[in-house]
Amino acid sequence: MRYIEPHGHMVSRTTDDYEAMVTAGCAAVCEPAFWAGFDRSGVEGFHDYFCQLTDYEPKRAARFGLPHFCWLCINPKESEDVALAEDVLGIIPKFLDRPNVLGIGEIGLNKNTRNEMQILERHVDLAATHGQLILVHTPHLEDKLKGTRLILDVLKADSRIDPGRVIIDHCEEHTIERVLDAGFWAGITLYPESKTTPARAVDMYELYGQSNIWLNSACDWGRSDPLSVPKTALEMRRRGHSAATIDRLIFQNPARFMGQNPRFQLREGA
Amino acid sequence: MTRQEVLDLYFMDARSKLIDLAAFFDRVERASGESDFRLAALEQALALLHSDQPQKAKAVLLSLSDPTTEPIAKAPGKGACGAWPGAQPAA
Repeated sequence: MRYIEPHGHMVSRTTDDYEAMVTAGCAAVCEPAFWAGFDRSGVEGFHDYFCQLTDYEPKRAARFGLPHFCWLCINPKESEDVALAEDVLGIIPKFLDRPNVLGIGEIGLNKNTRNEMQILERHVDLAATHGQLILVHTPHLEDKLKGTRLILDVLKADSRIDPGRVIIDHCEEHTIERVLDAGFWAGITLYPESKTTPARAVDMYELYGQSNIWLNSACDWGRSDPLSVPKTALEMRRRGHSAATIDRLIFQNPARFMGQNPRFQLREGA
Repeated sequence: MTRQEVLDLYFMDARSKLIDLAAFFDRVERASGESDFRLAALEQALALLHSDQPQKAKAVLLSLSDPTTEPIAKAPGKGACGAWPGAQPAA
């Protein structure tokens, strides 16, 4: 079995996790910029973080023969501070030419505030100006429905945005239809408590279409499982899905979306 | 899958989760003090399982969601609690 982890916060994971993922068949890992669990005190912290994502972390993954890609942004949890967010937006362009950068992400909303909306629009403009793919984080729990609606409104209002080049992540049963119906890609995140379980993820895959969906673990410093994608493949096997169907969902679909950026190259034979 | 196959695969898991949920309500009842909006939200969502309508997971998620449509003025914090507390005073 082969799979791609399209959303993993590997800076928060151990080297043992890299080993386990590659052993389970991981062919590439993609790391969106996110919140460190605390608010960084200034733009310098983000500069160092972007260096980590574009320099150090690819080297750590390469020790296991695993291609590592990343997405850059200031995450919505810190974008409530508009002045800081503007400073961070100002340094992103100089990192966009780094060889493992796939696009802008994970941008989006957290508590659905006016400041978050303002910075979301600035990120969308940045992506459109530089022709970048976009990875969107949708809010947690009770805030997800409202946030997803607001995010779709922002994206649809910008005529430069091609929905086929945008993935809206962390979709659940109450948001996935409107995302796919609007022509965007939908990500399903597998978490032990919040977001979805493997069984619910496979339900959504069966119910809502099988072409523009990817699965991810979004593993980070919280309760999460870097092997949740291959474990969901096992769930599909239990339901009788073929190896070809499983491969399409966990390997070909993410490869097709991220392959829109020519930098997304896998090892020969993957 | 047939219904029989679904039951074969998932009945024990659903049974376990149902008993966990029952034990949670027992625990809340045994505890002292006041509850808050989260318990009422859960009880309201639980009632949706008795419906004969499809897409019960979606209905439960919608019932726990903030139904408003306008951005708020300021973040009250970074986290989410899993249920919408209801209309807040205008900022």
